Amino acid sequence: MDDTQRQQHWQRTRRMTAWLLVLWLATGFCAAFFARELAGLTIFGWPLSFYLAAQGASLVYLAIIAVYAWRMRRLDRAAGGRP
Amino acid sequence: MKQRSFFQRLSEYYLLFTAGFAAFLIALTALEKEGMPRVWIGYLFMFATIVLYASIGVISRTSNVLEYYVAGRRVPALFNGMATAADWISAASFISLAGGLYLHGFDGLAYIMGWTGGYCLVALLIAPYLRKFAQYTIPDFLAARYGGGDGNTAGGRLVRLFAVAATISVSFIYVVAQIYAVGLIASRFTGVDFSVGIFLGLASILVCSFLGGMRAITWTQVAQYIIILVAFLMPAVWLSVKHSVNPIPQLAYGALLPKLSAREAVLQKDPREVEVRAIFRQRAAEYEARLKALPASWEAGRVEAQRKLDSARQHNASLLEIRGAERALISYPKDADEAARQWSEARDQNLARAEPITPHATPYPGEREQSDIKRNNFLALVFCLMLGTAALPHILMRSYTTPSVHQSRVSVFWTLFFILLIYLTIPALAVLAKYDIYSSLVGSDFAHLPNWVSYWSNVDKVNPLFSISDINHDGVVQLSEIAIDADVLVLATPEIAGLPYVVSGLVAAGGLAAALSTADGLLLAISNALSHDIYFKLVDPTASTQKRVTISKLLLLAVAFIAAYAASQKPGDILSLVGAAFSLAASTLFPCLVLGVFWKRVNHYGALAGMLAGFSVCVYYMLHTSPVLGGSPAAQWLHIAPISAGIFGVPAGLLTMAVVSLLTPAPDARTRALVDYIRAPE
Repeated sequence: MDDTQRQQHWQRTRRMTAWLLVLWLATGFCAAFFARELAGLTIFGWPLSFYLAAQGASLVYLAIIAVYAWRMRRLDRAAGGRP
Repeated sequence: MKQRSFFQRLSEYYLLFTAGFAAFLIALTALEKEGMPRVWIGYLFMFATIVLYASIGVISRTSNVLEYYVAGRRVPALFNGMATAADWISAASFISLAGGLYLHGFDGLAYIMGWTGGYCLVALLIAPYLRKFAQYTIPDFLAARYGGGDGNTAGGRLVRLFAVAATISVSFIYVVAQIYAVGLIASRFTGVDFSVGIFLGLASILVCSFLGGMRAITWTQVAQYIIILVAFLMPAVWLSVKHSVNPIPQLAYGALLPKLSAREAVLQKDPREVEVRAIFRQRAAEYEARLKALPASWEAGRVEAQRKLDSARQHNASLLEIRGAERALISYPKDADEAARQWSEARDQNLARAEPITPHATPYPGEREQSDIKRNNFLALVFCLMLGTAALPHILMRSYTTPSVHQSRVSVFWTLFFILLIYLTIPALAVLAKYDIYSSLVGSDFAHLPNWVSYWSNVDKVNPLFSISDINHDGVVQLSEIAIDADVLVLATPEIAGLPYVVSGLVAAGGLAAALSTADGLLLAISNALSHDIYFKLVDPTASTQKRVTISKLLLLAVAFIAAYAASQKPGDILSLVGAAFSLAASTLFPCLVLGVFWKRVNHYGALAGMLAGFSVCVYYMLHTSPVLGGSPAAQWLHIAPISAGIFGVPAGLLTMAVVSLLTPAPDARTRALVDYIRAPE
């Protein structure tokens, strides 16, 4: 693995980390900040804000970690890392 | 190939274990039907699980450094995730969280969001880099990163010391709370003394971690997780089947929530509920009047109590009445100051019970201004819990135990997955139990209360976990006449749901497993910080591996006994500080862990200043705003509660780190090489 390859790998890692962190922040912040506004809507019987805080946000977090693990493996391989 | 067969073998072991556990449960159910006394079921559960954990500890005993500190770095992601989940699910999560949601409704969900969202930070910012670094402890990483690549500079040593201090202060508060919970559960379900309960639990913790360190703890925690999961899901599934057709509580309670809200609305307007609340308000007003008339009212009250006793004696009243009058006189405040304290407490309690019902599903109920404050506190708490989670040493330590960087990422996924199996059930359980109590206990006859009511009212006489009394003397239970403690809900749910006593024993065993598994991880984190970071790295770097492990084991023993001693003193103050541990961890460790990976320019001056600044701001805020620590809520900034002190501590830490680093020389080439190394793929 040469230097440019390594730099490119780090740049891509950083970019993806940043995107996923934005998603992470938006999920938590919106679910909590706009909870009163979202309480009027319902989803499968739950008020939307309650659902988001009790389940939705946590499931999004799980998805973020899954996407990260999956994409990083591909990035690592592309940069010549151990398969 | 070798790894694959190891994984298969492990899966077989744990499947066998699960089957054995199921058989144990079925056997106990049969025995209960045959009339085995309740207390024996409690004994059997305690004894069987503690022996189980101890034997896993004996089987996995080791004196190898790599095995002792990081379980040989060969724990497959799935099992590492399971063990981390058990490490994470503490007594507070298992026992108190559902009760907290029962009491606070939507506002309690901050804990669910915060404690799950933190794992995104662990996965994205910290775990894979720690694994690539591949040493033993968190201070190891910080010392190397800020100490010229190997931690052997003066700056590196100082950073290590700071990190060790942070690790110990955060973990110690936490471990005392776990051991306290162990004592509580053991004493409640087997009737042994509280301190005996503590030392019983301690014995099992010690056999496990003393003999086998991280390796034994890991395999025990996987077993503990299985017990925790079964114990938590069983009552929830049962209640779910009882109240809806859907046996999956996480899905079923959506349909129940509107019904609960409707029931709340009915109870809110019920004239008898209104009557009971008015009585509480009146009682509060009486205390208020007496408080205002101090010290004359104290004197008058004492004379009155004495007069009652005298008249009871003179008129040959029944023994019961005389005793009652005597007790009233004895418990009467000793002086005006004590009276002021007791009465204002009583006034606040009565006022709290006079409050109208908080709607469960409504976010931030109250007037606009109050509601905004609640929302801001919710956000601040979520923030602190997330960053705190990502800085807890006993959780981060687990990133070292996987076979590869990729596996460490997958391991965080499994960790959150297994945590969610419990955490998505907690709000469901709160709603299900609430609906059950609101619809069947409320409105029932005082003459025919279910058995569990009297049982749980009598468990703790000093601080009743559950109290119910006919305030307005109409013979019917009103919601406002019930006072329930957050800690009792999960433990009492099996009985509330009408399940056999075996399930109550199982839930107690689950709570015990949750507390023990977390205590195991924390004790190891503390003793490793002392033995590896202080003794081996700073005092005697030439120590042989054998000596290092022995020292570590001895320190573990010492720390465990100190923690058990602290817990046996029933320190209410420490228990209320557990939530604060998250703010402390977030402010002190999070900035230097994350910047250490993502910003090459940050140096040891910045790290030291940042840790110090974060810690000081956080502690300062807590001391000045927490009533327990002698502060006053009036000193709050932006109305943020002391538990969320990290909202000020983290920015302070980050900012100080950045400014001080930029004002001082850049780190040397070896540090930059280290950062490049941990960023690069394997």
